[in-house]
Amino acid sequence: MAKTLPKTDVVIVGVGWAGGIIAAELTKSGLNVVGLERGKERKTEDYFMVHDELRYGLRYELMQDLSKDTVTFRSTEKIRALPMRSYGSFLLGEGLGGAGVHWNGQTYRFLPYDFQIRTKTIERYGKSKIPDGMTIQDWGLTYDEMEPYYDKFEKLTGISGEPNPLGGKRSADYPTPPMKKSPALSMFSDAASKLKLHPYMMPSANLSEAYTNPDGISRAACQYCAFCERFGCEYGAKADPVVTVLPVALKTGKFEIRTHSHVRRILHQGGKATGVMYTDVTTGEELVQPADIVVVTSYVFNNVKLMLMSGLGKPYDPASGTGVIGRNYAYQVLKGNAAGFFDDKQFNTYAGAGSLGVTLDDYNGDNFDHTDLKFIHGGSISLSQTGMRPIANNPVPGGTASWGAAFKANSVKYANRFLSVGGQGSCMPFRHHFLDLDPTYKDAYGDPLVRLTFDFEEQDRQLALYLSGKCAEIMKEMGASHIDQLKELGPYEITTYQSTHNTGGVVMGASPDTSAVNTYLQMWDAENVFVVGASAFPHNSGYNPTDTVGALAFRAAEGIFKYRQKGGSLV
Amino acid sequence: MADPNQPGGSGRDKVEQPSRRKFLVQAGYAVGGVIVGGALGSLIRPSKKTETAPQTGEGTTAEIKNYNRAPMFFNQEQLGIVSAATERIFPADDAGPGALALGVPFFIDHQLAGEWGFNSREYMSPPFYAGEKVQGYQGRLKRREMFEIGLRELENYSQTKFTKGFAALAPEQQDEVLKAFESDEVKLTTISASGFFKMLRSSTLEGAYSDPLYGGNADMNGWKMRSYPGNQMSYADVIDKDFSVIAPSSLQDHLSAH
Repeated sequence: MAKTLPKTDVVIVGVGWAGGIIAAELTKSGLNVVGLERGKERKTEDYFMVHDELRYGLRYELMQDLSKDTVTFRSTEKIRALPMRSYGSFLLGEGLGGAGVHWNGQTYRFLPYDFQIRTKTIERYGKSKIPDGMTIQDWGLTYDEMEPYYDKFEKLTGISGEPNPLGGKRSADYPTPPMKKSPALSMFSDAASKLKLHPYMMPSANLSEAYTNPDGISRAACQYCAFCERFGCEYGAKADPVVTVLPVALKTGKFEIRTHSHVRRILHQGGKATGVMYTDVTTGEELVQPADIVVVTSYVFNNVKLMLMSGLGKPYDPASGTGVIGRNYAYQVLKGNAAGFFDDKQFNTYAGAGSLGVTLDDYNGDNFDHTDLKFIHGGSISLSQTGMRPIANNPVPGGTASWGAAFKANSVKYANRFLSVGGQGSCMPFRHHFLDLDPTYKDAYGDPLVRLTFDFEEQDRQLALYLSGKCAEIMKEMGASHIDQLKELGPYEITTYQSTHNTGGVVMGASPDTSAVNTYLQMWDAENVFVVGASAFPHNSGYNPTDTVGALAFRAAEGIFKYRQKGGSLV
Repeated sequence: MADPNQPGGSGRDKVEQPSRRKFLVQAGYAVGGVIVGGALGSLIRPSKKTETAPQTGEGTTAEIKNYNRAPMFFNQEQLGIVSAATERIFPADDAGPGALALGVPFFIDHQLAGEWGFNSREYMSPPFYAGEKVQGYQGRLKRREMFEIGLRELENYSQTKFTKGFAALAPEQQDEVLKAFESDEVKLTTISASGFFKMLRSSTLEGAYSDPLYGGNADMNGWKMRSYPGNQMSYADVIDKDFSVIAPSSLQDHLSAH
C-alpha cells in the first residue's frame, strides 16, 4: 500500500525547462509546488571535468539509463517493434534540468505559418497539396498570440541574436547582441548574401555578454569552449533550468524538489486528477503525492506513457484515426546537408559554442513557392560551429576508405579543413506515425515501454534532397575544393544520431477530437491536468524546439494560475 | 609483429601544470564585481591552491611512471591481436603515431573491463529477436563477449586462410582479413562480423582521440597530430580569428592546475 504524503497545490512531473519555468512562475504567484524528478540533482560545479568527449559525448554521462527505460521502435505496424537497446537517433535526458542542461542553446521562434499550417497551406495551394494521410492541423492559436511568451522565454534566458529578416514580428529585440562571428561563419554569411539569401546570426542561449534577467539572475558570457551539446556548462553561460528558473522558484520557499522520484501514474477520479503515484527509486517505495493540480513536464515519450498508463485522454487508434494520446508523432529531417572540404584553408573549428552559427530561412516554412515541389514546409539552413571534437568528427571526402592509411591521412589532413552547411528540415505528422504502449517490453518498474511507429515519407525524402541541394549551392559559393551532399534520404533508422527533437503525442489544438490539450496545455478530459512540452506540437517545424517549449510553458503557467483562481476549462 | 608491450611514448607522461587563475581574471569572470559561473567562479577567490600555482605558463614538470599500461581484461594473445588490428585501422604514418603508439589497445582493454564492456547502461532485457537493420543491435551478447568471439574468429580466419595467427600476418594479409570481416564475407553464427569490425573501428578512434586519462592518446599525440587543443578554458580570444595552433591541454592538466 502506497504511503500518502501531505497535499500540495501543484505537483510537477519532471523538472526540466517546462517544469522549471512553471515552478518559478507559480511559486512567485504564491502557490506551493512539489517537483518530482526521476534523475539526480545537478549543479554547475558538477562540470569541472566536463571537457571530456568520451564520457559525455560518447558514453552519454548525462542521459537516461536505458537499462531502466527506453522505447521500442518499428518502421510500420507490419513489423515487430524492438527496443532501442543503445543510444543512436536521439538522446533522452535525465536529471535536474532535464535535456535543458545538455542542449546546444539554439533558440528559434517558429514561423507564423507553423501555427496555422493547415489553413495557410490550403489558402495558397488548395486542399490537394496535402497528401493522403498527412494529419497537419492548426495549433489553435496564432504566432501573434505566442509572441509575448516567446519574448518572456528569450528574456529569461538572455538570448543573444539579431532579428530574423524572414521571421515573424518581434515586440522587442533579443536581450543581448549576437555572438562573435568566426571566419567560417563570415564565409557562410558572405556566400549566402551573394546568392541573395537572408542570413542572420543564430539566436543563442550561450550568452554573448554578461546578462541579468528580469528575475535578477546574473550569468557570465560564453567562452566558446566547444562543449555544449551533450555537456553541461561549467560557466553557467549557457541558459539551463538549474542556473535560471530553479533558484528563483527555490528562493520563494514554496518549491520543493524531490529527485530520484519516478512518477508512474496520475491518479484521478470523476474527470479530475487527485495527485500522482511515484516510486522512490533509491528505496523502491511507492508514494502518493496528492495535489490540486498536476502538471506533466517530462520528455515527449514519458508524457505520452503517463497519459496511457493513467487512462487519461482517449488513446490514439491509427486504424480509425480517432483518439488523441499518441497522435501526430513527428521528428526532424536532418540529413539534407552539404559537406565541404577546403584544401587551401584551415579553420579554428576546434573552438565554438552550441549555438554559434549563421542561419537563413529562405527555404523554411512557406517562405518560398511550393507549387512545383512535392513537399510542404521546409527547413532552416545553417552553418554552425559547435566545436569539432576529434572522436566524433573525422570527415573524409567521399570515396575515401573508412579505415587504414588513406582514411588516417585524409582524416588528419581535413581535421581543420572541413565545414558543413546543414538543413534542419521540418517533419509533418502522418496518420500511421504514432506512439503507444509496447505489448512485450517493460521498464525497470514493470510498466510497458513506449512504442514508436515511424518512418520517413516521400515528403521527407523530397525535402531532404531539396535542402541538401540548396546547402551545396552555398557551399560552392564558399569555395570548397570538394563537396559531398546527400544522394538519398533512405529509411528512418534508430542507430545513428540525428536529433533529439521528438515531438507530438499529446498535441494542442482547438478541438478535443484532434488534440489532447487546449491552447493553455490544459487537458480536455481532465481540467486540472496540464501536459507541457514538445509533446504538444501538432507538427515539428524546421527549427530547434526549445524556444517554443519555453513559450508554451509560460503560457501554461498563466493558464494554471487562472485555473487556480476560477476553475473550469480555460477556453 | 606488433608488440603491445612497447607502445611508443607510453612509459612516461610529462605533466604540465599551467595556472588557470590568470585566465579567470583576464576573462573577467565576474559581473559588476559579483562572481558568477559556478564550477569556476570559486577559483577566483584566493585559495591555497591557486596561490601556490605558478602564475604564468612556465609550469613544472614531473616524471610519472605509467602503471596504467597493463591489461585488465584481455589475455596476451587477445592484446596482441587487438594491437595488430587497430594499427591497421589507424596506422602510424608521416603525420604521426598509429593506434599502437597511442596506447589504443590498452584503451580498448580498459573500456571492456568497465561498464561499457558490460553494456550496463543499455537495455539488455529479453526477449531477443532478430530485427530489421533500422532497429539496431538486438543481440544478447555484451561488448566484452563480442570482443572475445570476434578476436577468436579473426584468429581462426587467419589460420584457415594463411595458416598463421592474425598478429603474425603481413600487413596486407591483415587488411584482407579485416576487409572480409567488414564486408560480412566472413559468416559467423554468434555475432555479426561487420558489427564487430565497426565496434573495433570506432573504439580505435576513441582510443586515439579521447583524453589521455583513459589510457589512449598517449602524451596527447593524437590531438597534436591534428592540431586539436584538447581541454581549453576559453577560445573567446581566438574564435573570431583565423586558424592557429594551440598547444594541447588535458583534463589532468586542468585538475592539477586547480
